[in-house]
Amino acid sequence: MPYNEPSPLEVKVLTRRFGLADSASLDTYLATGGYEALKKALGMTPGEIIEEVKLSNLRGRGGAGFPAGTKWGFVPRDSARPKYVVANGDEGEPGTCKDRLLMEYDPHQLIEGMAIAGLAVGAHAGYIYVRGEFRYIIRILERAVEEARGRGYLGGNILGSGFGFEVYVQSGAGSYECGEESALLESLEGRRGVPRIRPPFPAVSGAFQSPTVLNNIETYSAVPAIIREGGAAFAALGTPRNGGTRLFCLSGHLNKPGVYELPMGFNLLRMIHEVGGGIPGGKRLKAVIPGGSSCPVLKAEECDIAMDFDSLAKAKSMLGSGGVVVMDEDTCMVQAARRIMEFYAHESCGWCVPCREGTNWLRRLLRRFHAGEGSRSDIDLIGDVARNILGRTFCPLGDAAAMPTIAFVEKFRDEFEAHLEGRPCPFEGRRREVPAP
Amino acid sequence: MSKLVRLEIDGKPVEVPAGTLVINAAKTVGIEIPAFCYYDGLTLQGACRMCLVEVEKSPKLVTACTLAAAEGMVVRTQTPQVVQARKAMLEFLLTNHPLDCPVCDKGGECELQDLTFRYGLGESRFLETKVHVPEKQWSAVVYYDAPRCILCYRCVRICKEGMGVSALAVVSRAVDSEIAPNMGDHLYCDECGMCIDICPVGALTSQDYRYQTRPWEMKHVGTICTHCADGCTTTLGVYNNRVIRGNNHDRTGLNGEFLCVKGRYAHDFIAHSERLKCPLMRVDGKLVEVSWSQALAEVAARFGGIRSRGGKFGVIGSTRTTNEENWYLQKFAREGLGTGNIDHHRSGDVISLLSALKGRADALAATSDLYERKAALVIGSDLAQQHPLVAFQLRANWRHHESHIYTVTRGPVREDAYSRLRVRAEAGRELAAAKSLRQALQAEPELLILFGDCVRGAAVHELVEFGDSLGIPVRYICLVDYVNSRGAMDMGLTPGLLPGYQPAAAPGLDLAGMLAAADLDALWVVGANPLKNAALAAERAFVVVQDLFLTETAARADIVLPAACAYEKTGTVTNVCGEVQRLSRAVTTMGAKPDLEIFRSLAARMGLDLGEPETDRVYAEMRRQLPVPAAGEAARGVVASAGDTLFTSGTLGRYCGVLRNVREAPGGLYQ
Amino acid sequence: MTFSPELEARFEKLLKSYPEGRESSALVPMLLYAQDEIGAVTPELVEEVARRLRLTPAAVESVVSYYSMLRKHPVGKYHIQICTNISCQLTGGEELFEHACRKLGIGNREVTPDGLFSIEEVECLGACSWAPAIEVNYDYHHKVTPEALDRLIDSLRKLH
Ligand SMILES: Cc1cc2nc3c(=O)[nH]c(=O)nc-3n(C[C@H](O)[C@H](O)[C@H](O)COP(=O)(O)O)c2cc1C
Ligand code: SF4
Ligand code: FES
Repeated sequence: MPYNEPSPLEVKVLTRRFGLADSASLDTYLATGGYEALKKALGMTPGEIIEEVKLSNLRGRGGAGFPAGTKWGFVPRDSARPKYVVANGDEGEPGTCKDRLLMEYDPHQLIEGMAIAGLAVGAHAGYIYVRGEFRYIIRILERAVEEARGRGYLGGNILGSGFGFEVYVQSGAGSYECGEESALLESLEGRRGVPRIRPPFPAVSGAFQSPTVLNNIETYSAVPAIIREGGAAFAALGTPRNGGTRLFCLSGHLNKPGVYELPMGFNLLRMIHEVGGGIPGGKRLKAVIPGGSSCPVLKAEECDIAMDFDSLAKAKSMLGSGGVVVMDEDTCMVQAARRIMEFYAHESCGWCVPCREGTNWLRRLLRRFHAGEGSRSDIDLIGDVARNILGRTFCPLGDAAAMPTIAFVEKFRDEFEAHLEGRPCPFEGRRREVPAP
Repeated sequence: MSKLVRLEIDGKPVEVPAGTLVINAAKTVGIEIPAFCYYDGLTLQGACRMCLVEVEKSPKLVTACTLAAAEGMVVRTQTPQVVQARKAMLEFLLTNHPLDCPVCDKGGECELQDLTFRYGLGESRFLETKVHVPEKQWSAVVYYDAPRCILCYRCVRICKEGMGVSALAVVSRAVDSEIAPNMGDHLYCDECGMCIDICPVGALTSQDYRYQTRPWEMKHVGTICTHCADGCTTTLGVYNNRVIRGNNHDRTGLNGEFLCVKGRYAHDFIAHSERLKCPLMRVDGKLVEVSWSQALAEVAARFGGIRSRGGKFGVIGSTRTTNEENWYLQKFAREGLGTGNIDHHRSGDVISLLSALKGRADALAATSDLYERKAALVIGSDLAQQHPLVAFQLRANWRHHESHIYTVTRGPVREDAYSRLRVRAEAGRELAAAKSLRQALQAEPELLILFGDCVRGAAVHELVEFGDSLGIPVRYICLVDYVNSRGAMDMGLTPGLLPGYQPAAAPGLDLAGMLAAADLDALWVVGANPLKNAALAAERAFVVVQDLFLTETAARADIVLPAACAYEKTGTVTNVCGEVQRLSRAVTTMGAKPDLEIFRSLAARMGLDLGEPETDRVYAEMRRQLPVPAAGEAARGVVASAGDTLFTSGTLGRYCGVLRNVREAPGGLYQ
Repeated sequence: MTFSPELEARFEKLLKSYPEGRESSALVPMLLYAQDEIGAVTPELVEEVARRLRLTPAAVESVVSYYSMLRKHPVGKYHIQICTNISCQLTGGEELFEHACRKLGIGNREVTPDGLFSIEEVECLGACSWAPAIEVNYDYHHKVTPEALDRLIDSLRKLH
C-alpha cells in the first residue's frame, strides 16, 4: 500500500506499478511488461541505446540534471578495464523520499534500467548503493536481484544473449555526503565518504578506478520505459530539454503531502493546491523550497513557475532532487535556515576548509541569531560567510549549504531583523499542530 | 621529457612540461600561489582552497594545486576575486584556531602566520566560542594540539606515502575532524618526526623542542647527521650553546624533506651528563682527572719511548671521525709511529666491490640514483631500519616513477609491501637467492644493486659478475653503517691500503690481529669501542682512547682524551654512496677537543711534521680514476654490520635518551 | 570473535561482490551488519574486521568515526531516531523529539537506565512526505504524533 493516495493529475510511467499487489515481485513485473525493454535492448547496439536515451531528454534525477545519455556517452568504449554501473540510492537530500518508493515497489524496473545501462556502456556489474537507514529496502532489492538471477534476467548469460550482468546491493552507514557521486564511490570502496579530485570523472575512472556510469535511482528507473516506448515518447511527456515525468516529493504544510509522478514542467502552484491539496487550516503560502534543502527558497509570489530544470535555473533556484517543501505563513524562516544549516554542518565531510569551517560558523551564527542574540551586522555576516563558501569548496556540498542560506537572508531579511535586540522569535507562539495519523 | 605547453599567468608567458601543476608553473616565473595542503611529491588534496585562482573560461575559481597547465590557458592570481577568496579561506581557518601564537612553538616559522600576514584579514568576525580540545601526547616525542590543526593532511600523507608507515589518519568528520594516531591514544611508528616537520602550523610539536625557545632566538646550523651512513643534512637549532632541536625544514640536504628519528632527536648525547670533559690518566690503577697538557705530555712521552725502542703499535680508527681526521691519523700511524697496524670496524665490503669493479667509476651509484633508476635489488638489508634515507628514496622512486624493487632478505621488511618480487633467504644464501631473480632482472632496463654485509669477499666478485651478466647497466651500493664508514676506508684506515686504496708496501695487522697480539706495546683507539665484545691480549699494552664517553674500551685505557663529536667540529664525511659532505660546528663542549686537534698537539709534542690534512687531493685523485684495491685485501679484515635499527646507533646510541625512550620494537610495524 | 552463521553468510556474500583484491570494499556494510548483531563497534570488532579485510585497525577506526550510524557505545534495545530536519521540523518533528525526551526522561543520544530505549535526533530519513518520521531500529513510522509515539513506546515496553 503506497504511503499516500495517488493524485488524478499524475502521469504514471515510473510509478505505474505502485499499488499493485506484490508489485516488487518478478511475476507482477513480468505481467506488466517487465524486462521487455531489456529484451529489446539486447537487440540494439550500444550506440542505439545511448541515442534513444539522448532522444528522451532524460536528465539526471539526483540533483544536477545532467543529460543521462550524454553521460553514458562519456564512458570510453575501448577501455581495457572492466566497467561498472552504479545506482545512487543514498536519498539524502532533505525533502526527498522518492527513490525509496521506486526501490520498494518496483525494484525490477531499477534492475532492468541498470542492465540496459550496462549493455549500453559494456559493463557487466552494477552496484546499488543504498543509505544505511533503508535496511528493509536492501532486503527487497536483494530478493529482487536473486529472483531476476534465478530466472535469467541477471547473471552470466542473460536470456541466452551472451550478455552478462550482475547486480550487488551495498549499504551506506549514515552520511549525506556519500550521496555525492565520488564520495559514494569512496564509500563503496570501503573508505571515508570524502569526495575525489576531478578530473578524472567517474565515466573515465570511477568505481575501482574503472570507467563507471553513476546515476540516480529514478534516472535508471526511467530507462525501461524509454527503451520500451521510445525516447521520443518519453521526451514528449515533459517540456523541451526536460523529458518525461518526475517524482515530486511534496512535503511540509500541505493537506495531501506525498510523492506524485507529474510531467516535467508542471506548475508549482497547481502542484501545491491541486495535487497537494492546498495548505492546512486555510493558511497562506509563504515560501517553497522547490527541489530539496539545497535549492534556494522561492517566495510565494515566485511560485507560479514551471517545475523543470531550466525554469527554476532562470528563477535562480534549482529543480534538484524533486523535494518540494511547502511553508505556510507561520513558518519562521530564520528557524528554517538554522535547521538546514545544522544539517549541512553535521554532514560536511570536513575535508575542505570553507565547508568544514564555514558551515560550522553559520550554524553557530544562526543558532545565536534565532535565540535572539544576533546583531544587525550579523545579518550581513551570515550572507557574507555563505558567499565565501559558495563556489569555493571541493565538492558541491558547500554550495548546497551556501545557496539556500543566501536566499533566506536575501528574501526574508525582514524576518531576520525581527529577531534582533533580544526579541523572541515572532513565530514562537504558533507552534505546529502535529497532523493526525 | 614530456611536451612543453605555453600558458599565461598574470600576463606573463610561461612554458612548462605538459602536466605541470599551475601552482608550480607559477613558481617558474616568480609568482607565489599560497597553499597549505599542497606539498611537492605528495598526493594532491585540494582541501585548503588557498590556491584558488581565476582561469579564463572557467566559471568558478580553480585550485592551482590540482590544475594541470594546458596550452593556451590564461591564469590570474591577483584579481580582486582571488585576493578576496584567500582572505576568506584564512578567516575560515582562524575561526577555530586558538591564536596562541605567543606561546606556540611554531610562532615565527608558521605558514599560517606567514600567509595571514601576507594575505589575511585584519580583524576577526568570528564571535562564537571556539571548539576546544585538550592537547595530547602521542609518543615519547610527538604531541598533537587539535585546535591548531588546519587539516592539510600533510602529516597523514608523509607518514603513509613518504614513510610507508600509515600511522596517522583522520577521524570523525565535519568540524570535529582531527588527526589520530594508529594505536588509538598513542603512536606506534618510526618516530621519525616527519609529521612534525611537515606540519605548517604548531599542531604537531616535538618533546625535545616544546616551549624551549623561539625560533628567531636560535642559531640554525646545517650539518651532517652523525649516525648512519646515509648522509642526511640536519639543521641543528642552537640556543645558548645547546642543541635543542634537529630538523630539515629547509630541505637543503640530499635528504630533501627526510630525516629519521636519529637525525632529528638523537643529538641529546652531546649534553649527556656522562660526557667526558677532562682527560683521565690511570694512577695507581685508577683513572683520575688530569689536565690536557699533562695527559698529552704523557701520551707523547710514552708513544715516543715505544717508537724509539721499536715497539709494536696498534691504531684503531673510527667510522664517525672526519676524513681529515682519518687521513691524519693514518699518516700519524704510518709515518709518525712507523706502524702499518691500523684498522677500523668495517661494516660493508666496499674494498671488494671496488676491486671487482676494476676501475669502472660509473658503476658506483649516487644517492640520486635511488630516486631515479628504474629498478633496484636490495640484498640482505632491512633498509627502513638500517638505511632510512635509502629506503625513503627508493619508496619515493616507486611512488613517483613506479620503479621496480626486488628484495632478498632474511625476514620481513617494509619494502615487501611494494617490491615486485621478494625472496627470503637464510644467512649465507642471499647471493644465491638474488641470482634466482635473474629472469626478472634481465628484463629491466637498468638496475641498482644494494648489498649489506652478508655479501663479502669472493661473494662480492660473484655478485658483480652476476650484474655484468645481466646485460643491462648496473650500479652498486655497498651498505655500510656509520656516518663516515665509507670515508674511513677511503682514507686508508685499513692495514693493507693507503688513502685512495693504494696498496701499502708492508701491510700491518688488522683489528682482530691487534687485539690478539700479545706483544702489542701500545694501542691507540680513536672513537671506537673494540673492547666492548673482545679482549685485549696484550695485558700490559699502553692504551690511549679518544672518545666522548667512558666506554668499555676507555675504561681499560691508561689515558682517556675527551673528544668532540661531529656536531662540535668541521671537516668532511663520506656517505654510503661516496658523497663527501661538510660538517659545520654547532656547539662546543668545554674540555673536549676535536680529534684532529688532539692529533696535532700530539704530533707537535712528539716533534713530528705531518703537514696539513690532504684529503682534498686524495679525493681529487679518487675521482679522476676509481682506484682498484687488490682483490685479496678485503679478506684481511672482519666485515660485519653492527646491525643497528632505527633506535640504536652503536655505542653512541646508548647515550641518546630519545632513542632509549621510544617504546617501539624495531621493525615491529611489518613483522 | 565469533559471529552468527547468518552474519558469516552475509559477509561471505559481500566479499564476493567486488572485483578480485578489492575485498576491503566490504568495510562499511560489514561494520554496520556486525554492529546490528553486537550492539556497537567495539575495539574487538574493529580488530576483527581489520584482520579479515587486511586493513590496520587505525584505518578501520578512521572509517568508523566518519559514519553517523556506526557507534562505539551500545544504544537501547529500541533506538528511537527522530528526524527534525526541514520537512519534519515543519510538521512538528522538534516538538516530537522534545516530547520523547520528556517521556523517557533522557536526552539526545542517551539510554534509559533499563537499557530499553535510547533517543537520537537525526537528519533527514527520506520520509519527508510522511513527516514527522521516526525510525525505531530499522522500522519506519510516519506522521508520528506525540500520542502515537506514547502508544508505541508503551507497547514496546510491554514486551518486556
Ligand atoms: C552533497 C551531495 C549529495 C548528493 N546526494 C545525492 C543523493 O542522495 N542521491 C542522488 O541520486 N544524488 C545525489 N547527489 C548527486 C550526485 O552527486 C550525482 O550527481 C547523481 O547521483 C548523478 O545521477 P543523475 O545524473 O542521475 O542525477 C548529491 C550531490 C551532492 C553534491
Ligand atoms: S565541500 Fe568540502 S568539506 Fe564539504 S563535503 Fe565537500 S569536500 Fe567535504
Ligand atoms: S594547496 Fe590547493 S587546495 Fe590546498
